Order: sequence, then C-alpha cells, then structure tokens
Amino acid sequence: VNRYLPWLFVALLASVPLWLTDFYFLHILITTGIFIIAAMSLNLLLGYTGQLSLGHVAFFGIGAYTSALVSLGFQVEFFSGFTVSLAPKPVWFAMLCSVVVAGFTGYAIGKLSFRVRGAYFVIVSISFAEVVRLVAVNWVEFTQGPMALNNIPALTLGAGAFEISFVRKPAFFILVLIAGVCSFILISRLVNSRAGRAMIALRENESLAMSVGIDVTRYLVIATIISAAIAGMAGALYTHYFRIVDPDIFLFIYTVTMVIMVVTGGKGTLAGPIVGGIIFGFVPEFLRAMAIQPEVQWIIYGILMVLVVYFLPQGIVPAIARYGASRKQLPDADALPATSTQVPQK
Amino acid sequence: LDQLAQHLLNATILGGTYALLGIGLTLIFGIMRVVNFTHGELYAFGAYCMYALVMLLGVNFFLALPMAIVLGVALGAIIEMLLLSRLRGADIDTTMLVMIGAWIAMQNTEQLVWSGVAHSINNPFPAEPLILGPLSVSWNRVYVVVVALLLIAATYYLVNRTRLGKAMRATFQDRQTAALMGIRIDRIHTATFALGSGLAAAAGALLGPIFFVAPTMGDLAAAKAFAIVILGGLGSITGATLGGFILAFVEELGAGYISSGYRDAMGFLLIILILLVKPTGLFARKERVG
Repeated sequence: VNRYLPWLFVALLASVPLWLTDFYFLHILITTGIFIIAAMSLNLLLGYTGQLSLGHVAFFGIGAYTSALVSLGFQVEFFSGFTVSLAPKPVWFAMLCSVVVAGFTGYAIGKLSFRVRGAYFVIVSISFAEVVRLVAVNWVEFTQGPMALNNIPALTLGAGAFEISFVRKPAFFILVLIAGVCSFILISRLVNSRAGRAMIALRENESLAMSVGIDVTRYLVIATIISAAIAGMAGALYTHYFRIVDPDIFLFIYTVTMVIMVVTGGKGTLAGPIVGGIIFGFVPEFLRAMAIQPEVQWIIYGILMVLVVYFLPQGIVPAIARYGASRKQLPDADALPATSTQVPQK
Repeated sequence: LDQLAQHLLNATILGGTYALLGIGLTLIFGIMRVVNFTHGELYAFGAYCMYALVMLLGVNFFLALPMAIVLGVALGAIIEMLLLSRLRGADIDTTMLVMIGAWIAMQNTEQLVWSGVAHSINNPFPAEPLILGPLSVSWNRVYVVVVALLLIAATYYLVNRTRLGKAMRATFQDRQTAALMGIRIDRIHTATFALGSGLAAAAGALLGPIFFVAPTMGDLAAAKAFAIVILGGLGSITGATLGGFILAFVEELGAGYISSGYRDAMGFLLIILILLVKPTGLFARKERVG
C-alpha cells in the first residue's frame, strides 16, 4: 500500500481543479506549490549535503527574471554602442533558459564558495542574493528596476486546435503539479543514486567520505547546480503565473520561508519540504484571516523556527516516521528517513 | 586629486565603524563557532537606543553612547543565555537556524515598534565642517572615528591583556583543554557574545546620528560585517580591523568613481576576489580548504 500512497496523493491533487471552484483557494494552492518546488530544491542542499543556502531566493529570482526577459525580449547597450538584443522567444523556451541560467549561477557560486568549508557558503550565498537584488534595482535599462517587468506572456503549448493555454488557474495548477512531481522524482532518483549517497556521506563525515575516495567538492558543486536549476524553474513558474516581476522577489524573507518549510517538514527527507510547504503555504492565509499584521507573521515565523530547532530538530516527517516505527515495535527501515537520527551532541 | 584625498578621508572615517562591526562578529564566530545573524539587529538596536535616549528622553548626546553600548551588551547577554546556552556543542547549522529565527523576530519587532519610517538624530556638533586645506569633514564624523578607534583599542586591550581576554583566547584555541584548565566556558561564551553585541551596538549608536535610523538598517550592516569577516578571515581580530578599513576604501572609491548604486555590492566583489585568491582570508587561522 505504501508504494501507491504517493501516486494516490498526486491523483487526488490532479483532481482538484475538477471539483474546486473557489479560485482564491486554487491561487493559494498554486503559490504554495511553487514554493514547495523551491523548498525541495533547497532541501537537496540543506538536507542532503548539509550546506545551508541562504541565498536561494537568488536562484529563484534569476530564474524568474531570465524567463521574463527571454519571453519579452530585451535590448541593452553596454559601454559604447555595443548592444545586445534579443527578440521575444516562446515561453517554453524562456523557461528552459531560466533553468539553464540558474543552474549556471549555481555552478559559479558553488565552485567559488566550496573552496572553503564552514560558514563561507552561507555568507557567500546571502551576499550574492543581495547583489542580484541590487542589480535588479539599479540596472533599469535591463530589468526595469523597481518599475517591474510587466505583461509577461503566459505559457501556451501546441498550436491551432491543439493549443493549450496556461492562463487560467486550473490549467496552471496542473502545470505546477507536473513540475513538482518531476522535481520530486528527479531529486529522489538523485539522492538514491551513487551521487546522493556520496552527498549524504560527506554530510555525515566529510573526512571519512574523502578517505574512501569521494570527490567532496565536486559533489557539492553538482548538488548546487541541480538545486539552483530547480529553484530557477520554480522562479520561471512564478513569473508566468503572476506575469509581473520586480526586485522584491529577491527579498530575504522568501529564503527564510523556504528554509522554515524545509526545517519544519524535515530536512533530508523527501516528504519534508512538501509537508512543511503545505503548512507554511496556508499559515499566512490563516494569519491574514485573523487580521494579523505581516510583521507579526514574520515574528511568529522567527519564533517558530527557534522552537522547531529546540523541540523538533529533525522536523515533522522523521518524527512521525519514528512514532510509526516505535508503534510497530519493529524498526522498519523503509519508514525511517535517510538522515541519521542522532541529535548532534559533543 | 583633492577629490581622491576626500574619498580616502571619508573611507578612513567609515572604516573605523566597519571595523567595530567586523570585530564583534569575528570574535563571536571565532570563540563560539556561531554565525551571528542577529549582529545587524544589534547594530540597529544601538542606533535605536541612541534615538530613544537623545530624541525622546532628552539624554545628553555623549552620555547616550555609553548607555546604548551597555544596553547592547545586556541584550547580547540575554540572547546568549536564552537561545544559545542550551545549544552548546550543537553543530554550526543548528545554531545558524536559531540565529536566523532570532534575526527575523528581532527585525520585525523593531519594525512593529518603530514603524518603517526613518528617524534622524540631532547632534550637538557645530554645523560648519572642519576644514583641512582642500578637505572638509564634519565634526560628528571626527568624533565617530575617534571613539571607534578608542573602542577598537579597548577591545584589543581586553582580549590581549586581561584575564578574561586570556580565557577567551584559550577557549578560542581549544575549548576542551580550556575547560579542563578550569575556565568556565559558559561564562566565556556569554561574555564573548555580550562583548560582540556591545561593539555592534556601539557602531550603530555612532553611525545613527550620521545616517538615518530605520528598521532595515541592520541587514545592510550585517551584510557588510560578513564581508569584512570573510575578508579578514573568520576569527581574526586584526583581520576584521583591516577588513573593515579595506571594505570602506573599496566602497568609497567604488561609489565615487564607478557607480553609487552599486556601493553595497562592493563587499560581495571583495568576497569573490578573496575566495579566488586566498580563500581563508587575509589573516585566518587554519580553516580546512577543499
């Protein structure tokens, strides 16, 4: 039964547009879905390699801007008369570009900051996000700065009678669902492969991993590329859903949202970001319904983050898995998460 | 050339406060292995203390500074005892998550209490700047750099010449051995965090009257402090001091000759450069390079 459960879940989600008529609710599901994809990509780094990317929103935003710019076309003039221009391209191609560009940025950041271990990757990624935001604000000719990129086209596939347009919410919801399932399968394949085992090994004990011949830095960079590419795709989805992008997409608070989704759900588990994402996709709506100011919402997020680390350090999913395993009195290897369950103590 | 000299002078003055920020952060990282994300908020806290004391309560300008520092030290000690003391020996990621949570909570509390409007603080200095040949500098800035340098000197003295400093350095070198020698690691941690927080609050209280006081000021300060610390090497006081001045020079010259919009991006460029050339920073103790 356990094997079919995820597919049942997907089927249930796929049926949502058929019976859900409340478009506001569908809107929440779509934005939650986009953030879950981003959180899954963050989980690959934070959960499986143990590297905290605090600039994840940079990859997300770069994906969003790339897709917007390629689908709108642009013309930029550098120094003296050297002009780069691009005619508007179809949206599917733009989304593909965003994956590639975000992945490449991931490569550059990973290659640079994994020269040194420790807190460096965190700091480099967080300042990188800030710099990208500055570029988005200041390079008005290219990004329109705070005026934002408007009228971004929606995704349409096929032509003529077979044209599918993803303007309407139900169709877009299915698109997000497909993207989410693809990302999930990609990540689960990856972490269960040789590369994934190498990542987990280096998270647990880097020196030991090196001693058995794992090229640690290489795997860290690979993980960053894939993680950034998936985040970039989530950003592209965001762009073609809202159809407007401004520099606020790079706000640190979005990274915090992704981190808290992963940590609460359970880092280093495949289901963790989904569980955390659903919780923190809906929590803001409840808070808004209670007429709570956004500042208070963020204060609650901050306090929750601290409390989760204290009382549920592994996150929700491993806690449930352990509870299930202890009820059966038989340690069920499949139900346990891929993470080590030891609390780090010296 | 006069313009260049003016830029260099401005950079020197800015560098003093940057160094204060960097030293606080690097001490905390070096001794406690904690990436202190609340650093920027403590900086903002210092500035707000200054604002509340001078503008709302009418306290003397010069008296308000030590009071702001003391409040910063107290807040730092509270954060340490409340949040970090039970995470001793936890890995660096765990403490990082806690500190990020604290950062978000603190910043939004500030926003809630003070609203998003920027405030300015009056200073008692004469309005005419000090003229040195072709250069001019406001009296307030002179005061800032003098106090900043005094505070840096005091920190050096504290760390290198006092018993507490010796205990700190011992903890820095080897926590276990230091504990075996009878040093109370808990107290050292609290003291270190309080000291670092006090320095951040001092930087905020010094710069508050020069710039505006706004809830988001902490983020920028934190970003700069991180750049300074990577530049100097995580854990090195001398590195942080020099890093602070280097960053100030690069920012000032970059803003003056390239583009002022990218002033705050210079720190990142420096980080990239240092990671390419000497990844461990200018003055680091050994950090694993991979």
